[in-house]
Amino acid sequence: MFEILKREEMANGTVVLNEISAPRIARKAKPGQFVILKATETGERIPLTMADTDPKKGTITIIYAVVGKSTALFKSLQVGEKFLDVIGPLGQPTHLEKLGTVVCVGGGTGIAVLHPITRGLKEAGNNVIAVIGARTKDLLILEDKMKAASHELHVCTDDGSYGHHGFVTDVLKNVLEKKDVKMVVGIGPVPMMKFVSKLTHDYGVKTLVSLNAIMVDGTGMCGCCRVTVGGQTRFACVDGPEFDGHKVDFDELAQRLDAYKDLEKQSYERYMQECRCKAG
Amino acid sequence: MAEKKEKIPRQKMPEQPPEVRRRNFIEVPLGYEENEAVEEAKRCLQCKNPSCKEGCPVGIDIPGFINLITQKEFTKAIRHVWETNSLPAVCGRVCPQESQCEGKCILGKKGDPVAIGNLERFVADRERTQGKGELPPIAPPTGKRVAVVGSGPSGLTVAGDLIRKGHGVTVFEAFHKPGGVLVYGIPEFRLPKEIVFSEVNFLERLGAKLQCNAVVGKSITLDELFEEEGFDAVYLGVGAGLPRFLNIPGENLIGIYSANEYLTRANLMKAYLFPEYDTPIVLGKDVAVFGAGNVAMDSARTAMRLGANRVRIVYRRSRDEMPARAAEIHHAEEEGIEFYLLTAPTRFIGDNKGRVIAVECIQMKLGEPDESGRRRPVPVEDSKFRLDCDLAVIAVGAGANPMLTKSTPDLKLNKWGYIIADPETGKTSKKGVWAGGDIVTGSATVILAMGAGRMASESIHKYLTLGW
Repeated sequence: MFEILKREEMANGTVVLNEISAPRIARKAKPGQFVILKATETGERIPLTMADTDPKKGTITIIYAVVGKSTALFKSLQVGEKFLDVIGPLGQPTHLEKLGTVVCVGGGTGIAVLHPITRGLKEAGNNVIAVIGARTKDLLILEDKMKAASHELHVCTDDGSYGHHGFVTDVLKNVLEKKDVKMVVGIGPVPMMKFVSKLTHDYGVKTLVSLNAIMVDGTGMCGCCRVTVGGQTRFACVDGPEFDGHKVDFDELAQRLDAYKDLEKQSYERYMQECRCKAG
Repeated sequence: MAEKKEKIPRQKMPEQPPEVRRRNFIEVPLGYEENEAVEEAKRCLQCKNPSCKEGCPVGIDIPGFINLITQKEFTKAIRHVWETNSLPAVCGRVCPQESQCEGKCILGKKGDPVAIGNLERFVADRERTQGKGELPPIAPPTGKRVAVVGSGPSGLTVAGDLIRKGHGVTVFEAFHKPGGVLVYGIPEFRLPKEIVFSEVNFLERLGAKLQCNAVVGKSITLDELFEEEGFDAVYLGVGAGLPRFLNIPGENLIGIYSANEYLTRANLMKAYLFPEYDTPIVLGKDVAVFGAGNVAMDSARTAMRLGANRVRIVYRRSRDEMPARAAEIHHAEEEGIEFYLLTAPTRFIGDNKGRVIAVECIQMKLGEPDESGRRRPVPVEDSKFRLDCDLAVIAVGAGANPMLTKSTPDLKLNKWGYIIADPETGKTSKKGVWAGGDIVTGSATVILAMGAGRMASESIHKYLTLGW
């Protein structure tokens, strides 16, 4: 169980794809749900939304950026090696229904999470417009998959190295001006989701975001992932990870995501040092 | 003879001294040596109608096993305990004996009761470290299979009972390690995890199967356990597991934890060994723990071990109302934890980076009793003050986690979301499904959960052999 069957590096090696054997999870998982993974005995439990599932093959796919020790550790796992623990499917699945024209907006590795939802909305009979962005061309992921999952794809880069020179919100604004959009799904870094929601609020368009709060158990027993939505406390792991973007307190989420910044840095540097020692 | 026994003083449990133990995670009580155990066992009057046994939620034949200790028949003694208790190493350490067996001991009327808990611990530890690993007898296979949901004390008791009656048992655990609250809630210095895993391993050697990382309600539903996996009966021991917060302003500042989170990071994820273990935890210097139950004591003593300068228990009622086990309060005080009683928090104050730096509190006084019978605390006017605080742990109880119950609509719940179960059999409103422990009663103790498990396993056995 939890053996890595396929491994791919993207975006100059800063993003990794793992297809993992997890038949029970694959059979039950729906778009929008996540898993909690732990690679080793001393490892952390971290949540990652599933980028894809294959019930027939019995596999789930995760795509993550390497941002610290745990993701660096995951990256070091090769095909044939295993994750020690994978738990899921967790969280509420995305509510997929036919609404009309919908826009799916993704930034960075958020595109990986956005992809199954985009595909699901297309399969539900919506007219799907996708807008994806990255800082630069090399960091853009899943362009082909997003093209296949939508009817119309727009690409942006912050530095203009590919596609539209600017932010996803620029393109989104254009679309909102021209089309009768029924719903927007925005998944990416917290500032991106915050500004997408601010924009759609002005147009009165329902917006779903997927929140990447820090988690430990993922089953609602610890409250680590608590977020404020519409003035109420909600747990991202059991009430989410999707919420109404117009009601989320993004500033509080951004602050809480920094809770362990210093310890994370310490852990990552120690790990990189160990790797250097092993290699050299 | 009886007079001679009364003259032997209660053997003191050797303990790590407070100045040493307040900064390490090694177990505080060190356990009796053989001669201490035998001496203590001799104090037992071997009452014909033992009140101690009545005080035990699982009905251990206490004079029976104690008598075997006096004869140095330690293996026979543990076997005797196993007849009614599958987790003696745990119970000896965490039961509130002062309000159970020892609270009823005749010797306690005029002097110190027999140290029943210490003796139970002694025989269990002896078996684990020096025993030959023999297993108690198991009945021939019945061909029936039971799914136990939750590997906490309640589920493990059901598993232990039913496997010995010849039924097939599979325990489903949501976490990556078994033990439930024994592993995530109770700290290493009160209950070493190696002991919990050893007790679980004992059940596996008896034939129980364990599946970790299985969240019933998400990975698999309750109905699928019957329909797809073919189980004949299901026991739900999923615990309370929904953290309660104070619902005061500033509660989402960094450095404010539910006790569940704080203890899970420290105990299950071993954050006290960071960075050797990857899970981080905020290391506070000025700590405030809200609540005064065992969980609050555990949280406070953990924070002290993690290097705090000051740790305060902040409790809105008075000393007499504190629900924690006497030994835990005593150990906490010895370790330098301060008690701010008749004090309630009003709001948390943070810095510009969203981290908690202080908590504003108000003095309380006791008014009329509320529904629980305890005197209701009321605020004293104009008595607000501030405590420096860079780490706050909220230990004010836990409610029913709806994960499993939400996905099983035909399981009747009470208005607080706890599962309704028959008080004598543990049967729920759903055929073939039993429940016990905190998910039925609300957060209580390990031993009560075990008692509920015992009761349910008897009913399950009857069902599997005779019908619903």
